[in-house]
Amino acid sequence: MKIVVDFDKCKSNAVCMAVAPDIFEVRDDNFLYVLQEEPPEDRRPAVEEAIRTCPTGAISVEG
Amino acid sequence: MEHIVVVGASLAGLRAVEAFRREGFAGRLTFVGAEPDEPYDRPPLSKAYLAGDADRSSLALRAQGYDELDVDLRLGQSAHSLDVSGRTVGVGDESVAFDGLVIATGAAPRRLPTQPDVAGVHTLRTIADSDAIGAWIEGDARLCVIGAGFIGAEVAATARSRNRAVTVLEALPQPMVRGVGPVIGEVLARLHRARGVDLRLGVGVDAIAGDSTVERVHLVDGSVVECDAVLVAIGAVPTTDWLEGSGLTVDNGVVCDASLHAAPGIVAAGDVCRWPNEQFDGEVMRIEHWTNAAEQGTHAARSLLAGDDAAPFATVPFVWSDQYDVKIQSAGRFSGEDRMEIVSGSVEEDRFVAIFERGGRISGVLGFSQPRRVIQYRRMIADHESFDAALAFAAENP
Repeated sequence: MKIVVDFDKCKSNAVCMAVAPDIFEVRDDNFLYVLQEEPPEDRRPAVEEAIRTCPTGAISVEG
Repeated sequence: MEHIVVVGASLAGLRAVEAFRREGFAGRLTFVGAEPDEPYDRPPLSKAYLAGDADRSSLALRAQGYDELDVDLRLGQSAHSLDVSGRTVGVGDESVAFDGLVIATGAAPRRLPTQPDVAGVHTLRTIADSDAIGAWIEGDARLCVIGAGFIGAEVAATARSRNRAVTVLEALPQPMVRGVGPVIGEVLARLHRARGVDLRLGVGVDAIAGDSTVERVHLVDGSVVECDAVLVAIGAVPTTDWLEGSGLTVDNGVVCDASLHAAPGIVAAGDVCRWPNEQFDGEVMRIEHWTNAAEQGTHAARSLLAGDDAAPFATVPFVWSDQYDVKIQSAGRFSGEDRMEIVSGSVEEDRFVAIFERGGRISGVLGFSQPRRVIQYRRMIADHESFDAALAFAAENP
């Protein structure tokens, strides 16, 4: 599983960071940083929740 | 359970439909929506889509389509009645039998008691509403917005970004002052005035006037606002008229238990749902915001499948609003009456974090363009941290 963020859509609401802080981090510069581009498979439910709750639909996965 | 009907084809209903399939429900799914469009995203209707910066196709909540969900999608059809004991829902001329039901009919804009049906007077909920208001903005209309809540403020900001003349009328002494208190209310007022909005506070609307199309708004104090279009943005009313006589308890929304059940085999989600939130000692809430609809739709589906074993829906409500170049976010529960401390940034720079206290705990957070901090404090609210612990965190993380 590879995390894909559409940075044209991302508005840095940081909801993903609330769901999976080990994978997504919005820093003080208000930009989103993906901490693990290929997280382990056991994090898939959290990644899918981040996808569902992203206000701008900016997150997806490949694989 | 063989057949589940989801009534209301917007965000909460869609997330429920998706959750049923993800959880392995293999029976029939019927998804009923009053609007003609496939489920779409509403927040851009007052922002990017209204401004013309996003096209209609970008609003689709499910760009990949509906084949994979194997759902009977019935758009442009309203549910008009429910028989709880008979297990049927009335849709058009048809009586649709169900084993499980999700109520996700949302809310409709509140109207002024004196609101006339003349051209140029709008509320904002649907794509059609946004298109109509957008046409006025495109046409260089003078816009009068009644209500300085999030929707009114966002539309005002969008119209100002296109350099249109905008008057905002608000009955309260500051925008959203009951919710955020006078300090942040003042910040919101300044935000709009600094960008050219004619913001009139503490004013009441007497009448909207015009012959075939709106021409002016008369205020209670005798003053008059000349305008070409009016947006009435004074809140929303849950869509529950179709549930009259159904046997469900309706009181400012569909009254549900902690697991979102309104009755055995019937759950509710989104703007229409009122439930006790165990995250806040069972405080009964109804929330009209995107994140709640998304989370609650998913949870309601799981609850319906779990039946008596359903888990409570406990959440820290989260809200955002983009106005001009400022991202306003809040989480938790607070009001203008609660103790509030600015813990980061400064209100003068439109970049700050405020936290709120209830019963010794941090109960809420509101930030201007500080998403990282808002989410950090949201976590502390979820963990029932003390207000002192939040202040200590603030001292180390300015």
